[in-house]
Amino acid sequence: MSVALAAMLAKIGLWVAVLLAVTPVMAWVERRGSAMIQDRLGPNRVGPLGLLQALADAVKFLFKEDLTPSAADKPLYYLAPALAVVPALTTFVVLPFGPEIEVGGETVKLLVADVESGVLLFLALASLGVYTLVLAGYSSNNKYSLLGSVRAAAQMISYELALTLSVVAALVPVGSFRLDEVVLYQVEGTWLGFLPHWNVFPQFLGFLIFLVAAFAETNRLPFDLPEAESELVAGYHTEYSSMKFALFFMGEYMAMATLSALAATLFFGGWHFPGIDYTGHWAIVALKGFSVLFAKVAAFMLLFVWVRWTFPRFRFDQLLRLGWKVLLPLAILNLVVIAALTIGGVL
Amino acid sequence: MEIVVFLLFALLALASAVVVVSHRNPVYSVMSLVVTLLSLAALFVLLGAPLLAALQVLVYTGAILVLFLFVIMLLNVGRETPSGGTGRGQKIGALVTAAAFGLVVISLLWGRFVGIEMPALTVEYVALKPLARTLLSKYLLVFEMAGLLLLAAVIAATVLARKVGKSRGETV
Repeated sequence: MSVALAAMLAKIGLWVAVLLAVTPVMAWVERRGSAMIQDRLGPNRVGPLGLLQALADAVKFLFKEDLTPSAADKPLYYLAPALAVVPALTTFVVLPFGPEIEVGGETVKLLVADVESGVLLFLALASLGVYTLVLAGYSSNNKYSLLGSVRAAAQMISYELALTLSVVAALVPVGSFRLDEVVLYQVEGTWLGFLPHWNVFPQFLGFLIFLVAAFAETNRLPFDLPEAESELVAGYHTEYSSMKFALFFMGEYMAMATLSALAATLFFGGWHFPGIDYTGHWAIVALKGFSVLFAKVAAFMLLFVWVRWTFPRFRFDQLLRLGWKVLLPLAILNLVVIAALTIGGVL
Repeated sequence: MEIVVFLLFALLALASAVVVVSHRNPVYSVMSLVVTLLSLAALFVLLGAPLLAALQVLVYTGAILVLFLFVIMLLNVGRETPSGGTGRGQKIGALVTAAAFGLVVISLLWGRFVGIEMPALTVEYVALKPLARTLLSKYLLVFEMAGLLLLAAVIAATVLARKVGKSRGETV
């Protein structure tokens, strides 16, 4: 087996393993974190610190009865949860997690798909996520589900615009759609002599727009209108049970992980951290790169949890007004300013 | 190997396109159209144009078809009921479209036969930077006109859809 093929398989295997592990770990973090914020204990009985609770939950999901509503549109009803994990399991291919390394005399890039239109591919695959919600709501033959998916479609289309524009603004000074070049741009030099050369410092507005839109795209509080439990029971996944429900759950956490990784790569230097030496044996270099990216993603995930248990939910009209009348104009303004600064040679 | 991939996605595109026009449930039609467009995206990649593939998925499957689904669900369109045979206009329309498509295919084959070579899709046309440069310099006027046309269509649709006498109000 050639080095290139082995490296490719190893990279894919690593990402899939990490993404599949995200859900159980995050379920534990979310429950313990919410308990901490609300001055409770949370699950602490199964294993040390309740760490095995996630395993117990998974077993519970597998053994629960799998109900299908008799009037459901069966093919679409089964298709929706299967699609839930597809965007998250495919978008990671363009995310770099380390510098180029030398393995057995061959140069290996630490990302799976090295394509010119990397970010576009990410956005294209991520935009398919809305089908899950729409089909789940439509096929369940339930008013609450349908309302949830109509909301989801409107919400995700509205916020995708602001999200994409803020991503484009982050790419303008780099001049490339390749995420590995985006990271390399942030590696060299400093801002004002002491800040790391990360995009977040000159583009703080763009980062805020990205962050708010990312919350809306992943349907997390304060924008979880598609499943607002006080109005819609559970929204688009009301009729789902057992592993089918678990797949929606996994899809949500994996989408959070991939969007966090995109945010870390675009605005926070990706796999690079100032002061860390990225030379030496290739395995050590790859491990360092991956650990730094992992730490940044973990920080974002904690932010997601923190925000969820801190802010109340928006009303739907407020949500759309924020998306179209605040975020979109701000994102356009941000793009124009960044483009002008780049042409002016400031960035 | 390449021919296998081509055949797979070409057949998938054709089969799902047939489902689009023949299925009675509009939601299934839209989902089949999703399959068609994704297959076309795969064919773009096969032709060496990954940018077009990404744009195809981003614009068509990711945005436009979601809006189709959104409208279908919002209007709660049910299963199409048989309307007692196809109309006269429908038949004429189908014939005209088939004739136009046939003409294109025949002219392509004829050009091949008499030795007019079609210029192959090269990197200068489909890579990110050359494509952007061509669109925003050589074809700038056409590009802007297309944008203006879309804007005019949106305004026209809004005017047509708005109820008379109701000037303002929350729409969602």
